[in-house]
Amino acid sequence: MSYNYPDQGGHFGQFGGIYMAETLIPAVEELRVQYLRFRDDPEFKAEFAHELKHYVGRPSPIYHAKRLSDSLGGAQIYLKREDLNHTGAHKINNAIGQALLAKRMGKKRVIAETGAGMHGVATATVAARFGMECIVYMGAEDIQRQAPNVFRMKLLGATVVPVESGSKTLKDACNEAIRDWVTNVESTFYIFGTAAGPHPYPMMVRDFQCVIGNEAKVQMPEMIGRQPDAVIACVGGGSNAIGLFHPYIDVPNVQIIGVEAGGYGVASGKHAAPLTANAKVGVLHGNKVNLMQDENGQIIETHSISAGLDYPGVGPEHCLLKDIGRAQYVAADDDEAIAAFDALCRFEGIIPALESSHALAHAIKIAPSMGKDKVLLVNLSGRGDKDMNTVARIKGITL
Amino acid sequence: MSRIQTTFARLKAAQRKALIPFITAGDPSPQLTVPLLHGLVAAGADVLELGVPFSDPMADGPTIQRASERALKQGVSLRSVLAMVAEFRQLDTTTPVVLMGYGNPIEAMGWEVFAKRCAEVGVDGVLTVDFPPEESHEAFEHLEAYGVDPIFLLAPTTSDERIAAVAKLARGYVYYVSLKGVTGAGNLDLSAIEEKMPHMRRYLDLPIGVGFGIRDAATAEAVAKLCDGVVVGSRIVQEIENSTEQNVVAHVATLVGELRQAVDRA
Repeated sequence: MSYNYPDQGGHFGQFGGIYMAETLIPAVEELRVQYLRFRDDPEFKAEFAHELKHYVGRPSPIYHAKRLSDSLGGAQIYLKREDLNHTGAHKINNAIGQALLAKRMGKKRVIAETGAGMHGVATATVAARFGMECIVYMGAEDIQRQAPNVFRMKLLGATVVPVESGSKTLKDACNEAIRDWVTNVESTFYIFGTAAGPHPYPMMVRDFQCVIGNEAKVQMPEMIGRQPDAVIACVGGGSNAIGLFHPYIDVPNVQIIGVEAGGYGVASGKHAAPLTANAKVGVLHGNKVNLMQDENGQIIETHSISAGLDYPGVGPEHCLLKDIGRAQYVAADDDEAIAAFDALCRFEGIIPALESSHALAHAIKIAPSMGKDKVLLVNLSGRGDKDMNTVARIKGITL
Repeated sequence: MSRIQTTFARLKAAQRKALIPFITAGDPSPQLTVPLLHGLVAAGADVLELGVPFSDPMADGPTIQRASERALKQGVSLRSVLAMVAEFRQLDTTTPVVLMGYGNPIEAMGWEVFAKRCAEVGVDGVLTVDFPPEESHEAFEHLEAYGVDPIFLLAPTTSDERIAAVAKLARGYVYYVSLKGVTGAGNLDLSAIEEKMPHMRRYLDLPIGVGFGIRDAATAEAVAKLCDGVVVGSRIVQEIENSTEQNVVAHVATLVGELRQAVDRA
């Protein structure tokens, strides 16, 4: 299969593109030009690799979750341990890459949107690391859900701006960050957190996150003598997923499975699973993607237990991978995610992020019906420390 | 000649500048939109920009965001906005109406159906904030087929090269966003507008309207001196917000009357 996306205009088939107000078009165009200039620059690549190794702590290991696998009696579950990265999630890979680019472009002010707070923390971290001013936009509801991460960002010197408009979650934080960018376009670099948004973000974020899949492609043969039968990752915007998936697109016989947030169940309508629900194609936040919307094209409020997946759209490359049949997309609902969260805590001594718990939930669902010689590689995209309050609340416990 | 062309030609012959007020359809209530549109015309508006409410208005400041929320809460949709224009046209067949908003409600309806409906109800132009020329081919094709003008934005950050590209697609007039920021922001920089104007004139034969940041008679007058038309949005929406359903049409008419005088002084 010949797979080479996006095209020059940032299109992944019918998806992607550059749907932005005119004021920002020159900014994303400059970003595209600068990114293409530095992407293959040996000095940039060396600095990125150095930061990933010495600051982030890469490569992240792959771990065989043997007790969990044995309890299921089927396929073996392996975990790509992005939760062991500095700041506790895959988000730092991309934040470092974009900060290095911002530095070369002479931008001293960075802004970010955040849902669960992991991208906000990653951005605040790299801003401190490189001496930049940092503003993070976060929905007021997410600030409630993710209080420890808010405090973490403040400790790192970032200003956290609560967003009170709309549903007060990730999409509204995006809107507000875009409003900031349009106002401060010359001084400011927008460190976008996921593989979505206007071109070149979906491509650039993917490229920075591909370190996940590239490492796994080397590590799996070292561990088991071959590639896994399936790679599985949770998908909100889909940056951890595309980072794992993309290097596997041209590897035959590796199934690619994205797991969206099923919320109260896809049938209930209260979820954040546009691909699973076959949501209509639409335009939001700079790109054309499958988008949760009503019949009048208004964006509808999503629901997920996990703030990081609580988003009505999804990255354009996932839309394409679904369209061409190279990847399949399914949903895990809130209850399944919590059960997977508990299982990993008890069987393996690893507390996963609620986002990653969705990917794990699907592995747990399919493993029992598979042979014991089958291997599922799950991207454990983040750790669950930030979710203590949410999980306690669900279990009726006051901390 | 289209209604937009006729209007600008008439103004040019009279050596006057266009006054282009903006309101959000359905704000403060769907029943008041048509009376407000007639009120705007009676008070001196030349072209009407009617905002189509959207759940995620990324290019708008808090004032127009709230107007969109008020309209959406009352069930306003692209379909109902088109019906409002049809009702307006029963009494006014000459004043151009331009729909302004975001692309997704149109995508959901389908560009061809939308363009056809625009032509049927008497919409003259369509400005889609988040559809730059790069992504506007389908939109352009259908609007052109039905004789509806695609209106494009230009910004302080727009290069000459891009102005030339926009000039190829733009019809009716172009809307110059006079500042870097969202609608309703302050700090109008007149010298920056003055500096940009010859760059736009070099590539564009169309009239140039300027908006964003025009808050009162004084700024309207100053801006009118520099261009062909003055767009006032957030200030009018603010007036709507601060009025009651009983006095909103009168309040808005008073404000637009003052703006008319100011623009005519330029």
